[in-house]
Amino acid sequence: MQTIERDLVIIGGGPAGLAAAVSARKNGLDDILLIERDRILGGILNQCIHDGFGLHTFKQALTGPEYAQRFIDEFNRLGIDALLDTIVLSLDSNRTLTVSSKKGFIRIMARAVILAMGCRERTAGAISLPGTRPSGVYTAGAAQNFVNLQNIMIGKHVVILGSGDIGLIMARRMTLEGVKVEAVFELLPTPSGLARNVRQCLDDYGIPLFLSTSVFELHGKDRLTGVTVARVDDRFQMIPETRRLVPCDTLLLSVGLIPENELSLSAGVRLEPATSGASVDDRFMTNVPGVFSCGNVLHVHDLVDHVSEEAGLVGRCAVRYLKGEPAPEEAFIPVVPKADIRYVLPQTISGKEDVTISLRVTRPMRNAAVLVTDRDRKVARKKLVRLHPAEMIRIKVKAKDIETAEKLEVSVQC
Amino acid sequence: MENHYDVVVIGAGVVGNAIARELSKYAVSVAVLEKELDVAMGTSSRNSGVIHSGIHYKPGTLRARLNVQGNALMAGLCQDLKVKIDYIGKLTVAQDEEEVKSLYTLKDQGEANGVPGLEILDPGAMEKIQPRVGGIKALHSPSTGIICPYSLTIALAENARANGCRFYLGHEVTSIQKTGDRFDIRAGNKSFSAKILINSAGLYSDHVARMLGIDEYRIYPCRGEYLILDKRLKGTLNVLVYPAPHHGKAGLGIHLTNTVSGNILIGPSNEYQEDPEDYACTADIMAQLRREGHVLLPELKTTDFIRSFSGLRAKQTPPEIGGFKDFVIESREDVKGLINLIGIESPGLTSSPAIALMVRDMVTSLLPLTPKKEFNGARSGMTGHFYELSDEEKADLVAQDPDYGEVVCRCEQITKKEVLDAIQNPLGARTINGIKYRSRAMMGRCQGGFCLPRIVQILEKEFGYRPEDYYLKNLHSPLFSGNMRPDKTRV
Repeated sequence: MQTIERDLVIIGGGPAGLAAAVSARKNGLDDILLIERDRILGGILNQCIHDGFGLHTFKQALTGPEYAQRFIDEFNRLGIDALLDTIVLSLDSNRTLTVSSKKGFIRIMARAVILAMGCRERTAGAISLPGTRPSGVYTAGAAQNFVNLQNIMIGKHVVILGSGDIGLIMARRMTLEGVKVEAVFELLPTPSGLARNVRQCLDDYGIPLFLSTSVFELHGKDRLTGVTVARVDDRFQMIPETRRLVPCDTLLLSVGLIPENELSLSAGVRLEPATSGASVDDRFMTNVPGVFSCGNVLHVHDLVDHVSEEAGLVGRCAVRYLKGEPAPEEAFIPVVPKADIRYVLPQTISGKEDVTISLRVTRPMRNAAVLVTDRDRKVARKKLVRLHPAEMIRIKVKAKDIETAEKLEVSVQC
Repeated sequence: MENHYDVVVIGAGVVGNAIARELSKYAVSVAVLEKELDVAMGTSSRNSGVIHSGIHYKPGTLRARLNVQGNALMAGLCQDLKVKIDYIGKLTVAQDEEEVKSLYTLKDQGEANGVPGLEILDPGAMEKIQPRVGGIKALHSPSTGIICPYSLTIALAENARANGCRFYLGHEVTSIQKTGDRFDIRAGNKSFSAKILINSAGLYSDHVARMLGIDEYRIYPCRGEYLILDKRLKGTLNVLVYPAPHHGKAGLGIHLTNTVSGNILIGPSNEYQEDPEDYACTADIMAQLRREGHVLLPELKTTDFIRSFSGLRAKQTPPEIGGFKDFVIESREDVKGLINLIGIESPGLTSSPAIALMVRDMVTSLLPLTPKKEFNGARSGMTGHFYELSDEEKADLVAQDPDYGEVVCRCEQITKKEVLDAIQNPLGARTINGIKYRSRAMMGRCQGGFCLPRIVQILEKEFGYRPEDYYLKNLHSPLFSGNMRPDKTRV
């Protein structure tokens, strides 16, 4: 069995992997290998044919493929190696990968690895949806693949469960194709997707969004014939008297994304329960030396622009690691989520460098500030008009303010 | 008549297929009629996949005898058919002295049935077999095994097919008439005739018997729901662990079951249903299984539930009576040539090879059987899946056939070669579930979110499927409604 050695292996050729590769090369690293299981680079962006990508990065509203192409062009211009149609089957804590493709099954020993595998969708099974098991139940992303990449119409009368962004995008997409989209039902009291998507994909097309409402049963032995929906109380329990049958032949699920960390786990990477992604330091290195993580496999992002930016940073950090730059001292400073904060990232920092803390809040709020403190001393504060769980918030912290910090606490101050 | 057979078997479940495969060793013509578009679509694919030892059944019953005999036959059969089987053993655990007594009763019963290797263990020995098992004593039955029930059912059919047996999928029997010494059967708008008719229609066996004027049987479908757990938990369970029988407790209770593919099942429940095809899962039972799962398996997280399913037991006892009745396996005197198999619920899977021998003997007394020299009981291919091989073996296979190098289903690491083999199966089954059951693609934690679009691509590019050609399980379950735009690449 053939074994090869590489300096940096990047797993995944979506927006995170591409940006990490481009950045690593621009930071002076020659030996980079990106591994992508699809036939083409770009990842999930290839099926996102709607626009709105790149508003931050390029100050332009691009489609998914257009956004991806800018990075692919750069990647190709820089002459970075990629293995397409190739899947990583295993990764161990010594950064040894087994890799399979039509060309063969090989082993790669990497000096550093960047995990950029993205995420997968939660399924009907994962949310324990009761009822029959008919055809016509799809995750929104799989439906998007059929509709946008394979010229296949998945059904004629659609209900959408979950108000994640892909579900909202698909509500509009199906409507534009002349399909009746009955409604979007969301278990939570607030939409899970971006406010702009609720406006542009539902409101503009008169598609109703029912909050605090969920699907409780699938009907139809063969093809889906309908779903039972009902409102829920504040503990998410069904209110029986609000049950009603909604006829439909298709149910799309947009009920959450799960970082695809099976390879990370096999390498011994420690995951953070709040993000289901790796726990990382301010250089985005996991607990396994030389293994870095970025993009949606690290934490599910709201905007691809943020993915690219984060991955660019990680590419640079991986190069610094490979060039033998001494690692920051052992004593890392923990960053801890407090009041109204669902998670923070990175989870530990060195205190030696400026750092951007990414976070999400637990509930919608207005006119509040995100506050970073060290033993009750204010380290950073960011005022926001609107805070929403669907939107990632980032706050910059300066090295000079955290040199002596022991523990950073992040909270919302109303 | 065109479709003229010596023997017609109704029902392509594990029992029907085991009979067909057994008869394919002899110089008789055999056809299997199945109403679904694939084999193993009923109870045979919807159960725990346990090869029972035979401790639970009363000595002298058919269930006891056929279970023990079937268990012993299964090892050789699986080797021939390249079906993975693992005799992992089972602990039946007692929590108090009352239950300890029931363990000794079970042991005596098992030994009377001829179950090998039974031992009552102390906590120390129990702990060695299964850490943190709890309880004060346990009965260890080493001959209990696990198997993939639909893999076995499919393999039996494929081997029967290879030895000359014909399978008519999608052929529902609508009428049967006895004319002289032959049966005239209508199925799927075709006429068949047979000298011997074997009714192994499972949940519909009473219905088929009634077509011939036999009114004494009634099947009461009794549903069992299961939850399937993520492979992350593989290895937490070394053996099967069941609670000791308790007074007034029906069935074997909800428990954890290992599968040969590494998932753990929680279940099954016990609910009588009117409809012999009601495979729904219910909110109440799912919640109960989740609760019990957390008790039985402390490591369990809510994200570990990947799917639920249910199956129906073909019970002969109505809900108000409950419990079990013995299998009915009979060669009818009043309808000569008819062999009825009624109420083959658990341990039907384990017993299937022994049932096949018993039915063969019944056939012999009606129609002398001569062995066929050309019979080949070995199935080609590999046992298990690509992902179970060592790195070196994988590298060799990829070098031989590049389609092994392309992983289609990332969760289960199922290769394109395995998907192609499933599509081109010898029985000609063409549903998406057929591909799933054969290849294991779409059975992982993403439930086909990643690989279904890829499998659709393969079917379109390499087999010319149009959007309207995809069915989940039957002709009423289309996946798609058509093209988005007219497909200009087609004429």
